[in-house]
Amino acid sequence: MAFINLKKKEVQAKIVYYGPGRGGKTTNLEHIHKTFRDRISSEMVAIKTHGDRTLFFDFLPFDIGQIKGYDVRLQIYTVPGQVKYDATRRLVLRGVDGLVFVADSMQLRREKNMVSLKNAEDNLKLYKKDIHKIPLVLQYNKRDLGEQGIPVLTVDELEKDLNSDLQVPYFEASALIGENVVETLKKIISLTMASLSKELE
Amino acid sequence: MEYALDQSQLEAIEDIIRQEFIELGVHCTCLIDMAGNIVANLDDGKTSFDVYSLAALAAGNFGAVSAMANMVGEQEFSLLFHKGKTESIHFSKVTDEFLLITIFGKETSLGFLRLKVAEAVKKFEKILGS
Ligand SMILES: Nc1nc2c(ncn2[C@@H]2O[C@H](COP(=O)(O)OP(=O)(O)O)[C@@H](O)[C@H]2O)c(=O)[nH]1
Ligand SMILES: [Mg+2]
Repeated sequence: MAFINLKKKEVQAKIVYYGPGRGGKTTNLEHIHKTFRDRISSEMVAIKTHGDRTLFFDFLPFDIGQIKGYDVRLQIYTVPGQVKYDATRRLVLRGVDGLVFVADSMQLRREKNMVSLKNAEDNLKLYKKDIHKIPLVLQYNKRDLGEQGIPVLTVDELEKDLNSDLQVPYFEASALIGENVVETLKKIISLTMASLSKELE
Repeated sequence: MEYALDQSQLEAIEDIIRQEFIELGVHCTCLIDMAGNIVANLDDGKTSFDVYSLAALAAGNFGAVSAMANMVGEQEFSLLFHKGKTESIHFSKVTDEFLLITIFGKETSLGFLRLKVAEAVKKFEKILGS
């Protein structure tokens, strides 16, 4: 539910990183924070459990400059991925404008990716949003693990599992070393802004 | 999905915040939406909070408390109050989509603030309509 402030000529929109627990959502945000320090005036807010896992959400305000004469400010969130935190995920999804789904390339996580994507679809429905219509980008993360001899899903397998129905843009990424993290973000920003741009004419 | 507020609506909202809160000694007042976007934000010039993070946390917190209300059979807790040693925070719902956050010090009494919030909420609801 982006907010267009006609007085300040400013748009605020909300982007959520979704996906299975341990898939790399927090790592994505940490990399974004590091890379764009100059545009991010505040610290990243992280509400964690003792075990360092996301309990509520991670939050990063992000000033992307001007689009069509409007200042654009994004709020970027992650959700906790563990199944038991479904109520929290729903809260964070409220008013979401764009979604990044971070999938874990590890073969072991195949099922978890699919369950989490289905969960995103179900939770969006609660807000009367259709996963086929909302701006969405998939990120196949942890591609680096293959080089370390850890069994990973091929991109074809990930595409078949997650994207055969959705047909949205995807990136092969390694959030740990920052590979394709910024590209993923830029893509979701451009899709989200395109969906709003009619309003900004 | 998006919504827009124009100059006159936003100025009316800011006037209410200024007159009902800031001029009476409240440190900072924000009107946010439930997605965590900031609609209006004024402070007394002496305090500076990270309002973007504050709005994100407030929207999440309010959602969490609403979910708790449902669990105990309440429709909602329409206002929340957190008291600190020097700063206190008051949250109040404005329609189903907005939240008013007020941060104030010891010099402002809670009773007085609640009165002001109730008045302001009525005015905001007129502007924000539905
Ligand atoms: N090898 C590798 N590890 C990663 C990558 N991204 C994240 N991790 C690790 O996976 C674990 C979980 O990451 P985290 O960002 O907390 O996942 P979240 O639960 O989705 O927020 C951490 O130990 C990260 O260091 C990656 O691209 N490659
Ligand atoms: Mg996390």
